[in-house]
Amino acid sequence: MLTTIIIYILRGFVVTLSVTAISLTVGLTLGLLFATFYVYGGKILTRLMAIYSVIFRGVPPIVLLFLLYFIMAKNIDLSPFWAGSLALGVISSSYQMEILRGAILSVERGQMIAARSIGMTRLDAIRYIILPQALRIAIPPWSNEAAILLKDSSLVLVIGVPEMLRRAQHVSARTYQPLLVYSIAALIYFLMTYSVNRFLDVVERKTSIPSL
Amino acid sequence: MDDWISLLGSHLPEFFQGFKITIRITLVGLGIGAALGLPAAVLRVYGGKWIRTIALAYIELFRGTPILAQLFLVYYGLPDMGIILPRMGAAYLALGLNSGAYQAEYFRGAIQAIGGGQMMAARSIGMSRIKAIRHIILPQALRLVIPPWSNEPISLMKASAVVYLIAVPDLMTKGKQLIAQYYYSPIVVYLIVAVFYLVLVLSLTWILNRVRTRLEIPGLDVETR
Amino acid sequence: MAETIVRVEDLHKVYGETEVLKGISFDVKEKDNVVVIGPSGTGKSTLLRCINLLTKADSGKIWLDDQDITDPEVNEDEVRQHIGMVFQDFLLFNHLTALKNVEIGLTKVLGKTEGEAREKALHELERVGLGDKADLYPGQLSGGQKQRVAIARSLAMNPRVMLFDEPTSALDPELIGEVLEVMKKLALEGMTMIVVTHEIGFAKEVSDRIIFMEGGVIVEEGPPAELFYSPKHERTSEFLWKITELYGEHDKNG
Repeated sequence: MLTTIIIYILRGFVVTLSVTAISLTVGLTLGLLFATFYVYGGKILTRLMAIYSVIFRGVPPIVLLFLLYFIMAKNIDLSPFWAGSLALGVISSSYQMEILRGAILSVERGQMIAARSIGMTRLDAIRYIILPQALRIAIPPWSNEAAILLKDSSLVLVIGVPEMLRRAQHVSARTYQPLLVYSIAALIYFLMTYSVNRFLDVVERKTSIPSL
Repeated sequence: MDDWISLLGSHLPEFFQGFKITIRITLVGLGIGAALGLPAAVLRVYGGKWIRTIALAYIELFRGTPILAQLFLVYYGLPDMGIILPRMGAAYLALGLNSGAYQAEYFRGAIQAIGGGQMMAARSIGMSRIKAIRHIILPQALRLVIPPWSNEPISLMKASAVVYLIAVPDLMTKGKQLIAQYYYSPIVVYLIVAVFYLVLVLSLTWILNRVRTRLEIPGLDVETR
Repeated sequence: MAETIVRVEDLHKVYGETEVLKGISFDVKEKDNVVVIGPSGTGKSTLLRCINLLTKADSGKIWLDDQDITDPEVNEDEVRQHIGMVFQDFLLFNHLTALKNVEIGLTKVLGKTEGEAREKALHELERVGLGDKADLYPGQLSGGQKQRVAIARSLAMNPRVMLFDEPTSALDPELIGEVLEVMKKLALEGMTMIVVTHEIGFAKEVSDRIIFMEGGVIVEEGPPAELFYSPKHERTSEFLWKITELYGEHDKNG
């Protein structure tokens, strides 16, 4: 009985991981692009990014998820899995943009002048001097965002993606043991976020610049 | 555009009802969260070995799991233990438990930022540990916690939108009902819902900024950083 | 014959691998002003913290008046009320005004009424020359003023003895004098004091007895004249010579 429940829920494990991985990647790609726009774009781009940040970080993810899902459904033919993952990725990009912007600004000042003074172009300086440092600084808050996304991936159950919590709903309806079922699901999520945090602790240590 | 106007015109009261419920569950959840989070933080820092572990377990478990799972556990799971809560009660409790864990971390950070010196000074004039926590550590920690803590009302309000899954009649649920009953375009309805949330977030931000500047102590920041 | 206020007997304290105190014994009589000197890291601060029970000694005994305060049965909070402590980094309560810093022990520990506490606190602030700064927060005071408030905070509890842990080490040179001045005044008023300091001028002029500590033991102790002009140990004169070079004698000429 117990093992049946666990196995049934765990079959959503890969879905949960995939949704998280896709949305994290989409969010990072867009976030990095937007953060560079935000810091180095002209007046208009900076303004646009600021508005994007306020709106996407000010509205509950679940509302945005529905909104983006219906907008996508109207225009392109996507499975709920892809639509949900992409939507979560777009939502996450606003948070990741802020993380990266903060990191860029914290290295920007002296380092940009130093890079330009040895004859680098602005773009080279961003690419070879600023970003490598900014990305390291961003690791702790970014790993936090990864854990948040892992938890938020459960939101896609509302559009019918069979991730872990969705499967827990099914098995709970069938076994009439919601307390047990949801406790197991919660525990699996906990072990996942815990491992993500520990794993990223290691990454942080490995990539740190000596005595910086 | 016509959609918008007719929709808002005929259903504004419903949106406002949902709006009020959203504010209410956020405030109650925040209150329960503070009532749980502050003791959890104090015990996490000053408790004995076992108490510290229990406080840590509460904080880490609730920060490490999705709020949806917590909501389902409270609403569908607790009845297995004989605790049957109405929808609103379940929403209050789930949000409160979740927020308590996050608030505990804010409080803990502030308590630890005060440092051991203040405790030592308090003990040196003969205060007991409990009196020192109450009269010296907490008054300072509670002021220091305001800037980081002021993120919590906003995150909790955003998190509260998931309670529509147990049919609490909040902003989100009202929007869903309108779509189901009148076949309005979901995009338009969710846009309106989003605007309501955005207004709420921006006003909260404004209020919390005012509170923050109001409560500053001259020179306190300089001292503690 | 003056009464013994503090008696320390064979005090030992180990931190991890290092033995910080290796059997310290001495007496402090009523109205004594004892200065403890010695190189940094020789356990002077640890000694003071042990006396105030902020740190537990591993073995040895400490008496305050006739009470063995190292007895595990003893109420530590009650003992600390009678032992004032002034820290190197002031440790004022940052959320309270100068007046409230002095008042809080009176109201919350001794249970005095607001009115009584206020009167006593104002009196103590005036004693350290800060009656006019009562309503300022620590963040608005200079280092020297902060330390004087900290002294007033301890004085308000009517301690039997005051411990000073390098009270001027964190101060800018021009602010040291005002704190030493207050301490000198206390000594003249007959306060029993144990002072850990590098201020040689203060030691020479104010103290009744100097204890020279090194490596966790008392190397030599005696009246200032004896230690400065005819020390028994080579180490004592070396140290005194070095420290006079380093710190000068601040309050010699004012």
